[in-house]
Amino acid sequence: MNHAWDFAAILANWQVLWVGLQGTLTVFAATVTLGLGGGLLVGVCRYAKMPLLRLPSMAFVEVFRNTPVLVQIIWFYYAFPILTGVEVNPFLAATLGISLNTMAFSAEIYRAGIQSIEPGQWEAGKALGMAYQQTLRRIILPVALKRVLPALTNRGIEVFKMSTLASVVAYIETLNQAKLIADLNFNPIESYTTVALIFFVVLYPVVQGTYILERMLRKSE
Amino acid sequence: MNDMLRIDNLHKRFGDLTVLAGIDMRVAAGETVVLLGSSGCGKSTLLRCINFMETPSAGRIYLHGRLVGEQRNGGMRYRERELCKLRTRIGMVFQHFNLFPHMTVLQNIMEGQVTVLKRGASEAANKAREQLARVGLSDKASEYPARLSGGQKQRVAIARALAMDPDIMLFDEVTSALDPELVGEVLKTMRQLTEEGMTMVVVTHELGFAYHVANRVLFLDQGVILEQGEPQQVLKQPATQRMREFLDGHSLFKLPD
Ligand SMILES: Nc1ncnc2c1ncn2[C@@H]1O[C@H](COP(=O)(O)OP(=O)(O)OP(=O)(O)O)[C@@H](O)[C@H]1O
Ligand SMILES: [Mg+2]
Repeated sequence: MNHAWDFAAILANWQVLWVGLQGTLTVFAATVTLGLGGGLLVGVCRYAKMPLLRLPSMAFVEVFRNTPVLVQIIWFYYAFPILTGVEVNPFLAATLGISLNTMAFSAEIYRAGIQSIEPGQWEAGKALGMAYQQTLRRIILPVALKRVLPALTNRGIEVFKMSTLASVVAYIETLNQAKLIADLNFNPIESYTTVALIFFVVLYPVVQGTYILERMLRKSE
Repeated sequence: MNDMLRIDNLHKRFGDLTVLAGIDMRVAAGETVVLLGSSGCGKSTLLRCINFMETPSAGRIYLHGRLVGEQRNGGMRYRERELCKLRTRIGMVFQHFNLFPHMTVLQNIMEGQVTVLKRGASEAANKAREQLARVGLSDKASEYPARLSGGQKQRVAIARALAMDPDIMLFDEVTSALDPELVGEVLKTMRQLTEEGMTMVVVTHELGFAYHVANRVLFLDQGVILEQGEPQQVLKQPATQRMREFLDGHSLFKLPD
């Protein structure tokens, strides 16, 4: 097993990878926003007393938490258009699959965060005359979000890596572009190693940044 | 008719458990009433019915002579909007303070004013500083609750309730979670409120406070008010066996002769 590493073809094709990384970042931006944002909504409904809010959100979480993202992406790409007649492009299929899955997982994180707040906080808000939503928004969520920030960070990292699943419907992202290079230059080792490197180089500083943010937030208590 | 609070035939049940079985009670403006009773007899439940943190199972509550809720085929109906408004006029202080940990002391006291009463930030801040001065904590305005002692936290909680300009204040065992040496400062603040003419309903085990500060003492037992009267009367010459037994359980407290 004597592999002579040769990154010449990679360097020559850096623009191909750059286009891929842009695709990765695009799908990440969309899915992390929809996933973590929508998850907050579902999580709050999951905690609600009204069955009309609680039961559908519960069903949503169970469906999307217990099916593979890969299957969802493929389903939205191939099955959904046949069922509805609505055309779905690769970006949309990938965004739907990853976002819905992320919403389901992050909803549970938010719910756990809200549940971790002492009942006395709700009571204090209520006793001041605050409505349910006011207490939730002003008193409960700021503390709950701070508590679940590490878990949300993990989810965010997961979402970034999940973006590679978009390659299954030929969405142009980093992994897909690397495969292109590998197929043309017969250098899978260098190509896929580069993909791993790119992900690491992007993620590592971001993760370090969130650690600093967490520490700063903890200090403010 | 200058009753600040009037309660008629209040009942509260939790499933099969009847906690309040017909409470009749009046609190005059400026009066401090202390509510006594053994653990689990429903003192908190009664307080929480007054500001509708718990919905009464039956009965009527009047604040300032006005009936809370609407009568509907024999029962009462309450709208959440009306109750929110009502709660702004009733201050409540809890055993465990329940300060908002992510806000400074000043922000804690401003929160209800700004979010609920829609006061402007500077008006609310001024009011908050006023109340902080009232409870003797002007120097703690920009501190976070985590850095205060229990007694200081409780005084901030009192200031937070006062900043809403309530008609009446409810205190639920507000010194029970405090170290003994911190109880005094909170009781002193409460006594000062009484002297300023605040209307107060106080649940406490501090019989000394009841004796020296209260205008009236109520003894809650098995869902009804079993005995009531001036503290000197009720605490020294209880009329009922139950009240005598209750007072015997507080043998640590020595009444002055
Ligand atoms: N939300 C609730 N659901 C069911 N039961 C309740 C609820 N709140 C109170 N109870 C019951 O009602 C009774 C009275 O409770 P409450 O807290 O009012 O008593 P208390 O006099 O304040 O007691 P303590 O001195 O221990 O504070 C207790 O038996 C309690 O278990
Ligand atoms: Mg109680």
